[in-house]
Amino acid sequence: MKKLLTGNEAIARGAYEAGVRFASAYPGTPSTEILENIALYNEDIKAEWATNEKVALEAVIGASFAGARSIAAMKHVGVNVAADPLFTDAYIGVNGGLVLVSADEPGTHSSQNEQDNRNYAKFAKIPMFEPGDSQEAKDMLKVAFDLSEQYDTPVLYRVTTRLCHSKGIVECQDRKEVEIKEYVKNVDKNIPVPANAKKLRVKVEERQGKLAEYSETTPLNYMEIKGTKIGVVASGCCYAFAKEVFGDDASYLKLGFTNPYPHKMMKEFASKVDKLYVIEENDPIIENELKMLGIECTGKDVFPYMGEMTPDVIRKSVYGKYLDSIEYDKSMVVPRPPGLCAGCPHRGFFYEIGKRKDAIISGDIGCYTLGFAPPYNAMDMSMCMGASLSMAHGGQQVLNMKEGNTKRFVGVLGDSTFFHSGINSLLDAVYNKGNSINIILDNRITGMTGHQENPGSGYTLQGDSTEIVNIEAVVKAFGVKNVRVINPNDLQEVKETLDWAFGLDELSVIITRWPCVLKKLSKEDKEEFSGVFKGKLKIDSAKCIGCKKCTTIGCPAISFDKEAKKAVIDSATCVGCGVCAQVCPVNAMEKEAK
Amino acid sequence: MTKSIMLVGVGGQGTILASKLLTTGLMEAGYDVKMSEIHGMSQRGGSVSSQVRYGDKVQAPVIEIGGADILVSFEIMEALRMLEYLKPDGKVIVNDYKIPSAPILSGKVDYPEGIMDTLKASAHTIVINAAEIAKEVGNPRTMNIVLLGALIKAMKLTDINWEKIINDNVKPAFVEVNIKALKAGMDAIK
Repeated sequence: MKKLLTGNEAIARGAYEAGVRFASAYPGTPSTEILENIALYNEDIKAEWATNEKVALEAVIGASFAGARSIAAMKHVGVNVAADPLFTDAYIGVNGGLVLVSADEPGTHSSQNEQDNRNYAKFAKIPMFEPGDSQEAKDMLKVAFDLSEQYDTPVLYRVTTRLCHSKGIVECQDRKEVEIKEYVKNVDKNIPVPANAKKLRVKVEERQGKLAEYSETTPLNYMEIKGTKIGVVASGCCYAFAKEVFGDDASYLKLGFTNPYPHKMMKEFASKVDKLYVIEENDPIIENELKMLGIECTGKDVFPYMGEMTPDVIRKSVYGKYLDSIEYDKSMVVPRPPGLCAGCPHRGFFYEIGKRKDAIISGDIGCYTLGFAPPYNAMDMSMCMGASLSMAHGGQQVLNMKEGNTKRFVGVLGDSTFFHSGINSLLDAVYNKGNSINIILDNRITGMTGHQENPGSGYTLQGDSTEIVNIEAVVKAFGVKNVRVINPNDLQEVKETLDWAFGLDELSVIITRWPCVLKKLSKEDKEEFSGVFKGKLKIDSAKCIGCKKCTTIGCPAISFDKEAKKAVIDSATCVGCGVCAQVCPVNAMEKEAK
Repeated sequence: MTKSIMLVGVGGQGTILASKLLTTGLMEAGYDVKMSEIHGMSQRGGSVSSQVRYGDKVQAPVIEIGGADILVSFEIMEALRMLEYLKPDGKVIVNDYKIPSAPILSGKVDYPEGIMDTLKASAHTIVINAAEIAKEVGNPRTMNIVLLGALIKAMKLTDINWEKIINDNVKPAFVEVNIKALKAGMDAIK
């Protein structure tokens, strides 16, 4: 059966066909759709959103101990979070096969950095697979599970945005049922106290030696010998990118299994061609491997370290120019930066806090990171998931040392980011008697990655109704005395609450509670937020004085007609959140007639 | 010979459904197909693009600068933003439809004048008022399918059974209006 699948859909299909029974992930572009698609096989696979990537991998390790084939998926920076269990599971190994999918982002399309997670395979000393298209993404996963069990090791399955979000035709097969293995107690293997860890450490090196042999013989690594002038070594998507440029006349060494590398095969391939190119994104990992073997090759001396190695980038690097294209004046094109949606519940909060001169705002990872941009300019720094509240705590501790200080550190994160690791950051601030101001923008969903359920939303990944974790109660249980829950669309309430928090010498938590405008509202949402997003607004042009005040809230539904010198609301875009009406000095906004 | 189609627009305009129907049709017609999209931040009102490539055997899912046979733009300014991806002898199908971006909405800059003239002077350009056509067929939201129809005609892909593709992939209530929109889009290309 042939299907047109994205790389992520193909990985999900591969997990199904491989007999996987347990899957866990924290959402993150470009990996999110892997678990969303695995979740559709709900009769065969238990698929869960974890609270963070470390928890996801640990749950998967537990499932492997219990004997089931299990898979975790995360974006590249998520592997940093999960690195702790990964490095030790590399010693302990598996019972049921275990695969960790790392979705890297060469090109930094939707991430805060461009780290090359191929380094993790070397670092943790575990085998790595690098599929190059959707068909391989499905097929190689089955090989990865077999290998995981055969060599008693977790496997790193490294993919990139271009694979995750590209579609190709995939020949699908049936699921192969794999029995849940018996759990046998074995503390020498499974408890890495130093005495055991030293023995396991030896085992890891022995395993690497065996895997080096495997790397030479697996059909996933192969040579395509055509012409002898140009030879290309590539893994993952880079193989197809290179083929577009060098064509069928060049020879290729295509690497699908990439830790350890097949040294003998690399030497043999190099001996067959005059000029050797290494096409790889980000770090010169294959290149260094070749050079270590004494093989001369062209790599980062001509190709860039950063970005994707798409065919045009390869062509420009090798031949000095792109294909012929149309020359035109591109300067007239106006940028189109992403922004907060019309009706976004973060707007009211950022509009108000952006006006304060006494706030240093540490942000976090989510849609609300866009609060840094004009017109709000309401964020000073952002780092990684959960860092907002811990950075605010550390920052405030230093501000407290300065005499005559008039500023306060404000940490800002979303509900899902709070559950991810911000919850630990807040605990730390409370424990250490901090006095930062902590804002949790609770929009009732994980927004940025496209609406995934989380512990506050009341539903699981596979659609079951579950406990709704009450953020306010959690915060109070930590011992925070100053907690308020507010409606972010009510500017007066936002302003007064900020004044209250800034007036306190103690730590405070403000929870803004209003659903994401794009969220498909749950039964509970409809009960709690009655009248949400009903009644669009329009501007009475007779009343409008053209002061442009309403354009300072950054709503995409509002534009300014320069000729008429009046503001206009686009009826198709407006959802009636009412924030603009509160900033208009002449009350020109009114409800649109039904 | 591999053909390359670039669909560009603004988040929310329906480029993703259009490219899904297109790639499904091409696959059922027996072509090898690859398609690439970038999501993430671009969904929040930013520029979006879908790259579709088909032929006997397609390698990369992405189109090079100077590599597209046709550029279909759902919005005027986006056509100019992505024009460098077109082959010098390639075609542009551009929707006569403006969506002001944030710097324009705030009144800081104007929507640039003369984009259509620049497009016409630079490449073989076909202008379509897909919003108007979509309204005429009975649903303004079928603008994306009107443009898909125009693309299909321009790429000489009308032999594929598109009615079946729409039937299989669109909610039953919207099948009829989408088929009408597709045909109207085809008719818009001479």
